[in-house]
Amino acid sequence: MKTFDYTVKDELGIHARPAGLLVKQIAGVRSNVTIAVKAKGTSADAKRLMAVMKMAVKQGDVVTVTIDGEDEDTIAPQIEQFFKDNF
Amino acid sequence: MIAGRGRPVYEGVAIGRIYVHTKNQAVAERKCSDIEKELRRFQNAKEKAAEELSALYEKTAAEIGEEQAAIIEVQSLFLDDLDYTEGIEAMIRSGSDAAFSVHEIGAAQASAFAALDDDYMKARAADIRDISDRLVRILTGAEQGFRMDEPGIIVAEDLTPSETVSLDKDRILAFVTRQGSSNSHTAILARVMNIPSLVLTDIDIDPSLNGRTMIVDGFAGTYFIDPDEKTMAEMAAKKKSAGEYKAGLEEYRGRESISASGRKVKLFANIGSPSDIKYVIDGDAEGIGLLRSEFLYLGRDSFPTEDELFEAYRSVLEAMGGKKVVIRTLDIGADKKVGYFGLAPEENPALGYRGIRICLTQKDIFRTQLRAIYRASAYGNASIMFPMIISVKEVRDIKAFCSEVEKELHDEGTATGRVELGIMIETPAAALISDMLAAEVDFFSVGTNDLTQYTLAIDRQNEKLDAFYDAHHPAIMRFLEMIAANAHKAGIWAGICGELAGDLSLTDEFLRMGYDELSVAPSRILELRKNVISSEV
Repeated sequence: MKTFDYTVKDELGIHARPAGLLVKQIAGVRSNVTIAVKAKGTSADAKRLMAVMKMAVKQGDVVTVTIDGEDEDTIAPQIEQFFKDNF
Repeated sequence: MIAGRGRPVYEGVAIGRIYVHTKNQAVAERKCSDIEKELRRFQNAKEKAAEELSALYEKTAAEIGEEQAAIIEVQSLFLDDLDYTEGIEAMIRSGSDAAFSVHEIGAAQASAFAALDDDYMKARAADIRDISDRLVRILTGAEQGFRMDEPGIIVAEDLTPSETVSLDKDRILAFVTRQGSSNSHTAILARVMNIPSLVLTDIDIDPSLNGRTMIVDGFAGTYFIDPDEKTMAEMAAKKKSAGEYKAGLEEYRGRESISASGRKVKLFANIGSPSDIKYVIDGDAEGIGLLRSEFLYLGRDSFPTEDELFEAYRSVLEAMGGKKVVIRTLDIGADKKVGYFGLAPEENPALGYRGIRICLTQKDIFRTQLRAIYRASAYGNASIMFPMIISVKEVRDIKAFCSEVEKELHDEGTATGRVELGIMIETPAAALISDMLAAEVDFFSVGTNDLTQYTLAIDRQNEKLDAFYDAHHPAIMRFLEMIAANAHKAGIWAGICGELAGDLSLTDEFLRMGYDELSVAPSRILELRKNVISSEV
């Protein structure tokens, strides 16, 4: 299991378009990917767009991303980079 | 007379007949006998909906703009959402027919979004209802039957993006919705279309309203149905005076922008993407003084290809006929989040690795863009403008590189047009050596936003500094005077493309300084032309 924390910098939070990109990007990976905002007690399967959006992640929220599965070593750094680039 | 209130989203007064816009018929619960067949029907409807949305995306991007088009894109994403599709499929497997399953799951997801404590997410409920309605319509073969035979006011619970796109826009006098928000689709559309509108209105929507007379006051946020004579007279007067100001500007359409004493100035438009061309034409701009290139690079995962850039530039040049189009090369820095550029975060991006500095360092990016512009130049009247210049050496390097690109294209047998090369004057350094720079280029365009920020050492994003900020600071006025004088001494033209260009209190001053061009938002052109024509300078 791999995990990283990321503080959302985008002023709109995790809004629809980049969330859609994220879902597309990881649709094919074998690992389970979850996003959680521990401070708010919310979490979602990152492959499910509406579930991710319903978390209503805002700028400044710390999200904890967990990647668990056989391809976690290759996938985790890619996802972390994606967060840095898009959120 | 019925009177009530709503939240105004665009100013103006509208008087007309009511058209009540209602949703498709209710979807009744029905069972299906062949589950596999029903699942296939759902799959087919989903594919059809995806096709429709992609066509709608193109239409919206071309007719209304990128912001509304992005909403359609979000709907396409929802259509593929696993919670949505798996929920529907599960209901079909339990024996419900496809239309009813879509309707129920859509309603459940929409109310979950509507309950969120976040305005942006709340507004997404309309998107989910919209895709669900679309699927239901495809599955039941129902018609979308709303027509307006004469101009009128649309009264609706709320309008979804695909409903608003399919409306006959020439006939809409106002929107009045019971739901919605200042950021809802209807509100955005009202602003683009410049029509008075109310959202969150306290109105009982009933088919009996159809055809009755309504007044919408977008200044006060009020409405009147079946107005009495006194109200009608008052509101008609209000509508008249609001209309007179706007109509008064119409007399300046198509006229040359020339002052009483014969000073001519060209009024150009600043735009951010090819889809803004519509507003350039509506606004009666005499050319484009600033076509930003950033839109071509933002919101994607990799660099645009030369052909993509070429097509975008060509479409603008062709749409403008022979009118001048000043294309600014890429002006991007660490403050814009463009992952694939691989820019390191900076302490101070405004003074950092950005704009022309990136282009002169990473020549492959620059070459692709310049090749695209030179190729497009064969289709219209193109000029190129380079941002963030501070030295004569930079300008010479750029010119040498441009000649190289141009020669390369000619060697390949590709045609190019005549292209003027100019620079943005937006650093104090460039302003101070504008006499030296003028000898090197065909024109100057003063970027007053950055020039002011750099000269006054004030970050415009920092509200605390508002008290110290003076847009008319004498230092800026002296720079502006000096830049125009140096340009004219060298026999080149000078323009202003920052916000200050549209400052009506400075028009006289700019004319006196001798500026040849002012470039502003397309909707400001007529107002500015009126000011020029009435100027005594």
